[in-house]
Amino acid sequence: MDLAFFSVQLLNGLQYGLLLFLIASGLTLIFGIMGIINLAHGAMYMIGAYLVYDLTLRLGNFWLAIMVAIPIAIALGLVIERLFLDTLYKRDHLYQVLLTFGLILVLNEAQRIIWGGNVHRVVVPAPFDFSIQLTDNMQYSVYRLFVMGVCLALAGVIYWVIRHTRLGIIIRAGAVNRDMVEGLGINVRTLFTLIFSVGVALTAFAGMIAAPLTSIAPGMGDSILITCFVVVVIGGIGSIKGAFWGAIIIGMATTFGAVLIPSLASMVIYLIMAAVLLVKPRGLFA
Amino acid sequence: MLHRYPKRAAFIMLILTTLIAAFPLWGEVVFGSQANFILEKLTLMLILALFAMSLDLLVGVLGLVSLGHALFFGLGAYTLALASPDFSPASMWWMLPLVMGVSACVGLVIGVLVIRTKGIFFIMTTLAFGQMLYYFISTSQFAGGTDGVFIMFRPSLELGGSTLLDLDNPYSFFYFCLGMLLVGYLFLRWLTRSYFGQVLDGIHDNEHRMQALGYATSGYKLIAFVIAGVMAAVAGMLAAMQYGFANPAQLGWHTSGEVLMMLILGGMGTIFGPILGAFAYEILLYIYEHTTTHWPILMGVTIIVAVLILPRGIAGLIIAPPWHRKRQTSAEIVGKESKASVSAQPVTQSKED
Repeated sequence: MDLAFFSVQLLNGLQYGLLLFLIASGLTLIFGIMGIINLAHGAMYMIGAYLVYDLTLRLGNFWLAIMVAIPIAIALGLVIERLFLDTLYKRDHLYQVLLTFGLILVLNEAQRIIWGGNVHRVVVPAPFDFSIQLTDNMQYSVYRLFVMGVCLALAGVIYWVIRHTRLGIIIRAGAVNRDMVEGLGINVRTLFTLIFSVGVALTAFAGMIAAPLTSIAPGMGDSILITCFVVVVIGGIGSIKGAFWGAIIIGMATTFGAVLIPSLASMVIYLIMAAVLLVKPRGLFA
Repeated sequence: MLHRYPKRAAFIMLILTTLIAAFPLWGEVVFGSQANFILEKLTLMLILALFAMSLDLLVGVLGLVSLGHALFFGLGAYTLALASPDFSPASMWWMLPLVMGVSACVGLVIGVLVIRTKGIFFIMTTLAFGQMLYYFISTSQFAGGTDGVFIMFRPSLELGGSTLLDLDNPYSFFYFCLGMLLVGYLFLRWLTRSYFGQVLDGIHDNEHRMQALGYATSGYKLIAFVIAGVMAAVAGMLAAMQYGFANPAQLGWHTSGEVLMMLILGGMGTIFGPILGAFAYEILLYIYEHTTTHWPILMGVTIIVAVLILPRGIAGLIIAPPWHRKRQTSAEIVGKESKASVSAQPVTQSKED
């Protein structure tokens, strides 16, 4: 493996990892603060991608499509939280698993009804639709670099909100002791709605900016959901920092696994998870 | 929580079992030429009932929600498919022990890892391990990749050279599955009422207390995990015999979700509930599939509604029917509540006696 090839793989791994972080951070936030395991998280990623595909066709502009799609995703999160999750906070995880599993079936089938079963593509949008030449025969898409930048910026914002704002203090306290936060006079209901909507918006946004890089297909959310579970288990549930490093590890492992050991590529991330569970059953950063 | 149920629960189950067991007698009269098709469906329901019941040991009795139980179901199916010779039937006498042995070994390895985790972590890790096997099988050459493996011959059940039960005959296979389900039920009933089951029950209530009482809870949990896995693998083997193939979808997490759905629909922690759940789920599925091509949306809505309004499932309706609850006098309710509050206190009197 020469240096140029290696660095392209490194960039790919980093980009995939950062994208995973966006999705996993929503998952881990929702669990950490609300104690809800949201299986429909992957379906929201898929919805994000399809929304952008649909709106790009209608509006003729990718960026405009994203601007319209984000509020739709937030609204969807709001409706789901208020309508379904509201009754589940005090119940066992089993019911959360089943209800969100039911939501997956509904959302996946709604996607089929609205957009059909075909595979779609979104073209790489205007200012970033070129590649830079790394060597004579190797180039790298600028849009991928842009995605990396956006993900890093969002990671920075999340870090800043959680570390340096009043909301962040409440979120961190809520992850440790929910009842105490409520006892201190903070409206936990509103906080939950906010967290869930933001979490859902993050994963839908990941689906949106990933749309030009992947093929948009039915069920695309299911596989990303499981990968994000692995990320969260490795990093430690409820930990944003864990989600970040877990995502980078998994991004790298997936990319390099596919190149170095293709026969085992699909299993590499699970083997890493098994290793982490053996050493630290609660995750690396819990 | 497991112990005694009202007589009507046993009564209803007995009637249903008799009805199903007698299906070959009345099936043709009622369904005419459809009888063979219905028999096939019933066989499948019996198999899925065994599968759902095995999960009840983990979810209902022990309180560990597994979202990777299909791993064992698929493992049983693939063990049968890959171990069967191509041109002659295998013998059930070694196939069944083989399936049980393989699943026990896999259950032990995965169990050691997942038992270290709790609650939400357990859900996620079981799911991830299930998907690990799913991807491994669906990308592997020897197991036929995404196409799966066809099973040319069902294993035969012979004794001393003569056929004991012709499993190729749909009627005898139906009774074979019914027999397996009954054995599974009686085994779980005995297990949950045994000393071992009481410990599992205690772990469900309060694991720290059981640890403080000196029980090595991980060991108990691991054994329960392996038992549940072995039973699911047997169900998977039967399913593969019924379908005639082993397919990666049998391993996938959608199957795990469906079996959880059967469990909750039937009523978890009751052992007999999941049997009802498996039947109810399959009947609903059949109706929905024939209503619209977009049936998953109906199933999704059913799951959501069941979770919201029927958390105790069908078994819950049988054990405590809504009209019974209303008839209770306030004195009875107070009596029950005071009893409940006594038993809810953290000190276990019975263990000290």
